[in-house]
Amino acid sequence: MKKSRFDLWSIFWAVAALLYFFVPLYGTLDFSLRMKKGEISLLAYELVFSDPQFLRSFQYSTVMGIISVTISILIFVPTVYWLYLKLPKARPLVEIITILPFVIPVIVYVYGINTTFSRAPLRLTSNTFTSDILMIGGYVILSMPYMYRAIDVGMRTIDVRTLTEAAQSMGANWVQILTNVIFPNLRIAILSGSLICFATVIGELILGDFLIRPALGPYMAAVGRDKAFEPAALAIISYALTWASLGLIQYFSRGGTSQQQLTGR
Amino acid sequence: MNQSLTQTTTPVKQSVWKSFLKSNWIGLVPFFAFIFFFLLLPSTNLLFKSFQDLNGNLTLSNYAVMQNPYVIKAYSVSLQVSVITSVVGGVFGFFVAYAITIGNTPRWMRSFLMTFSGLAANFGGVPLAFSYIATLGRTGFLTAILKGICYTDAAGLEVCPFNPYDNGFNLYSMTGLVLAYTYFQFPLMVLTITPALEGLKKEWREASQNLGASPWQYWRDVALPILAPSILGATLLLFGSAFGAYATAYALTGGSIYLITIVIAQQIRGDVLNNPYEGYALAVGMIIIMGITILAYTALQRRTTRWLKS
Repeated sequence: MKKSRFDLWSIFWAVAALLYFFVPLYGTLDFSLRMKKGEISLLAYELVFSDPQFLRSFQYSTVMGIISVTISILIFVPTVYWLYLKLPKARPLVEIITILPFVIPVIVYVYGINTTFSRAPLRLTSNTFTSDILMIGGYVILSMPYMYRAIDVGMRTIDVRTLTEAAQSMGANWVQILTNVIFPNLRIAILSGSLICFATVIGELILGDFLIRPALGPYMAAVGRDKAFEPAALAIISYALTWASLGLIQYFSRGGTSQQQLTGR
Repeated sequence: MNQSLTQTTTPVKQSVWKSFLKSNWIGLVPFFAFIFFFLLLPSTNLLFKSFQDLNGNLTLSNYAVMQNPYVIKAYSVSLQVSVITSVVGGVFGFFVAYAITIGNTPRWMRSFLMTFSGLAANFGGVPLAFSYIATLGRTGFLTAILKGICYTDAAGLEVCPFNPYDNGFNLYSMTGLVLAYTYFQFPLMVLTITPALEGLKKEWREASQNLGASPWQYWRDVALPILAPSILGATLLLFGSAFGAYATAYALTGGSIYLITIVIAQQIRGDVLNNPYEGYALAVGMIIIMGITILAYTALQRRTTRWLKS
């Protein structure tokens, strides 16, 4: 008898969680389809997709995302590789540095960026090209905890030293070792790190808002201020994008739930 | 081959440089250069400037901003929101994690909730605010349903007792913010506490049952004391995630709830404190609170991993 009581108790909480997850999602979907009074239509989506500003900001954020992912990989894969191969004693130090973005709230970080790079001697916010460099640097920093951890976990599972020595004895140089040996062995780790980095870029509001660049986040916030149905449609589109990224990670790294994101809020 | 950094004590300058070039630290130069330029420079700049006055002299006077009534209000609202959402999200998340680990729930529910927690914990920002407006705003989906529950009372009048906005509910308020934050807070709790719950050994429960303990006694005297550091650590993580949040609150309330992150944003936009240097002190205050939180979380987490491994 006692056992069934506990079952009900558990099922109650599980169902409560499911409802908490799905009611807002269903509400958003429902709302986004009701732009025409009295019927279900895709009008809100049509309006979003035909807005040139949406397309521009979407394109901008996608390009930023791809560049940030590339730079992030180019920095962190060689660094983690080096840490495992040559300098294991520096790993705790690097680990602490990589969780700093958790300690510094995004708004404070952007405050720092703004304060440091908007006046002499480093006036970088005054033109779009250098602003974009700051955006990319910021995105790489904000997604660093996940990228670093993903690659670190991946590197742990391969025998770095043996692989390197084998490649060296066949006459490979450092670039060849990295591109032909290390990268292919880490592809799943790199992929999951990349997807979370990309998702961070797509969802990020604060950097684009304060560096005044046409990213997707600021565009969405602006639409939310003066429209009613389009924001719901935009929310559904943005879920589809970020969740496709994160869903792919879950698919590729089954059971690995160690990646938790704190940014983007 | 390695450890050559210890040679840097050589008196001749040139050989210091040479030994650095030969040492293994050279491989970390790109990483440290990037970190220095994009992370350390901006954040330490805030720190140094918070100790400067308008003429660049060293001073502590900027920290007097902490006595500004608006700042005190903003910090206390932020702390309130963070404590409430981390406790609400923590308790909710704990029971959900219990349900999918120890409790007897259907298999599909477990894997589904676990996967979805992984997704929802990454959730936040502007889209989340839009979802809550579409669901619980004045014309929202759930509001419409609750409004529609009506009956005709004895006097022949139509009564709709569940209309949230007639009962003092307002989404664009602290209540709304707590509801929205809970959406990513409780899944974060599920993710962080599940390993600890899975680490509770069956033998402990059986042993306490053999000694005649009731389930309540088992939880009070065995399970909860073991779990206490994990629960506290996870709650701290939730606290930190709410304390630093900005985008959700901004998109939901348009800045009408006076959080510390909102004040900092206003300070960046237009120097609402009338003194940029006081703004830097404000930001450093936030970093200190977050630093202590994450440090305590890490320490508690380390304790947990120790017994989880044994």
